[in-house]
Amino acid sequence: MSKLLEVKDLKVSFNTYNGEVHAVRGVTFDLNKGETLAIVGESGSGKSVTSNAIMRLLPEPHGYIKEGQILLEGEDIAKKTSKEMQKIRGKDISMVFQDPMSSLNPTMKIGNQIMEGLIKHQNMSKQEARKTALELLTLVGIPRPDVRIDQYPHQFSGGMRQRVVVAIALACNPKILIADEPTTALDVTIQAQILELMKSIQQKTDSAIIFITHDLGVVANVADRVAVMYAGKIVEIGTVDDIFYNPKHPYTWGLIGSMPTLDSSDEELFAIPGSPPNMLTPPVGDAFAPRNQFALEIDTVMEPPMFKVSDTHYAATWLLHPDAPKIEPPDAVKHRMQGFAQTGTKGGGKR
Amino acid sequence: MTRYLLRRVWYMLITLFIIATFSFFLMKILPGSPLQAEDKLSEEQKAIILEKYGLNEPIPVQYAKYLGGLVKGDLGVSFKFDNTPVTTILMDRIGPSALLGFQALVVGSILGIILGLLASIFRNSPIDFSSTIIAVIGTSIPSFVFAGLLQYVFAVKLGWFPVALWGTSAHTILPTIALAIHPMATAARFTRTEMVEVLHSNYIITARAKGVSETGIILKHGLRNALIPLITVLGPMAVGLMTGSMVIEQIFAIPGIGEQFVTSVMVNDYPTIMGTTLLFAFGFIVIILIIDLLYGLIDPRIRLAGGNK
Ligand SMILES: Nc1ncnc2c1ncn2[C@@H]1O[C@H](COP(=O)(O)OP(=O)(O)OP(=O)(O)O)[C@@H](O)[C@H]1O
Ligand SMILES: [Mg+2]
Repeated sequence: MSKLLEVKDLKVSFNTYNGEVHAVRGVTFDLNKGETLAIVGESGSGKSVTSNAIMRLLPEPHGYIKEGQILLEGEDIAKKTSKEMQKIRGKDISMVFQDPMSSLNPTMKIGNQIMEGLIKHQNMSKQEARKTALELLTLVGIPRPDVRIDQYPHQFSGGMRQRVVVAIALACNPKILIADEPTTALDVTIQAQILELMKSIQQKTDSAIIFITHDLGVVANVADRVAVMYAGKIVEIGTVDDIFYNPKHPYTWGLIGSMPTLDSSDEELFAIPGSPPNMLTPPVGDAFAPRNQFALEIDTVMEPPMFKVSDTHYAATWLLHPDAPKIEPPDAVKHRMQGFAQTGTKGGGKR
Repeated sequence: MTRYLLRRVWYMLITLFIIATFSFFLMKILPGSPLQAEDKLSEEQKAIILEKYGLNEPIPVQYAKYLGGLVKGDLGVSFKFDNTPVTTILMDRIGPSALLGFQALVVGSILGIILGLLASIFRNSPIDFSSTIIAVIGTSIPSFVFAGLLQYVFAVKLGWFPVALWGTSAHTILPTIALAIHPMATAARFTRTEMVEVLHSNYIITARAKGVSETGIILKHGLRNALIPLITVLGPMAVGLMTGSMVIEQIFAIPGIGEQFVTSVMVNDYPTIMGTTLLFAFGFIVIILIIDLLYGLIDPRIRLAGGNK
């Protein structure tokens, strides 16, 4: 497997009237060709900021990359000029956004919105671009594309609009597709359709996907690997099996433990108490410690490093230190882990 | 579409009828008479004149005759100005007014849009601040002040343009500028506010994510969406031009409708006043219609009733 994207110790801050908001505080991960990486975590954990940094869509200058590298096939995106970024965006990396109702230009025909990138990045003539746009609309499952191509966004339903957004993102066969909660604004059946669509397209085009969500249930379906983010850092990363069968970080336990189950006899939840820290003044030590019932003394003093669990699996918790007490996940979490084992995490693209 | 237009024309006629009725009865209530100044006239002479213009007939009869004339496009004859038909007077004078109004609207809104656009692109820069100052000055200071100022500086002192009167296109420049300042200020303020808001929308981020250049973002995606709300202020802007023209034409002694209106009011020339009022009303209604049609053209979300199929 070749590394398509390497994010190394990425730090992103926002200058606000109240001071510097440390939104992302050292994120490191790789993305391989054709794989799907899910980034999960509570609201405010820095998922969108990370992906916007990769796209260089931060509201510069007040939102900026403070430190770190974003290597796209070895070239550092963080150092590109805005002109150079215009050539990368939409061509090498594309993005699907959360709210399909507002992410399309209301006064521009759907077709023109899809064709724009094709004309820009692939030097297509208008006719060629239109032909490709028709194919894309067919690919994303829009009926009567020949009619739809000349319509405006308000003539489409939410689910259909998200399909159009996916078509726009896929237009130039990007190497990486970033989907920032692409289904959150849609109702459940439509969600499933969009996920299905993204998976099938990935199989056809072999692009890598960064899938951002706070819904662990979706993750098991679509992802190959999972990164769990908390307070601007990745606290645990591994394959879907690592994260679902063998979670190590208490925060991951919390996420799994608060997943709703179909099993009605078991109403127990293992919810995470409290709320995330204020990123204006990130806490010393382990940022999760104040909400962690298994916190050790050292957590309040020193930040845990990434401990290696296996070749694919890493987690940042002092519980993995050889000297730490052996602590088992709470029952609610174990119960759910067993549930996954029985039904099997359905697995994403590859498996 | 045809049905929609027909309905709109029907409404326009009703509106004009109401305005005609209103202005007719207001004229009747008004104190003063067209014969006021003519003290030299004897009672018999006055009676003859009243008779001639039908002013001694019962008011309902006068009203009916007036409406009857209107239907035929006859606005009556002027009490002053050698009994010329009002229609003729207005026709002679509509040219300069229309030219001035059109020039002022085009110059004002284009300059205003450019100013507002620059201000929104270079937000919080000196360009932005100067644009705000220009907008505030333009909206708060009445146009006759500018007119006087322009006249004094560029005509009297520098002698670049004629001081007043009508003739060559050089004559139109100063009054056009004086008239254009208000629409320019309005357009500048509006464009800036709307652009700033539009540039924060999600679809602008989508466009950026596609790799669209900053120029493309502003011109292709931003401006069109920002200009839609600007259409709504076009109406008030046009009204401002019409009323503004009364003063400006007076100051520059331009033989236009506005100047005519002011003169007619001074001498109680009822038919001309009513005719001018109707003409203003007609102009305003037509502008509103054009604006509504423009809306449908520029904003796909607003399709006029029956316009789809
Ligand atoms: N423009 C901004 N100015 C200041 N702070 C910001 C800005 N954008 C994001 N932040 C801060 O960065 C942090 C991370 O935000 P981010 O949007 O990445 O969260 P998220 O994980 O995507 O959450 P969600 O699930 O709600 O989308 C938050 O604390 C937020 O307050
Ligand atoms: Mg987000």
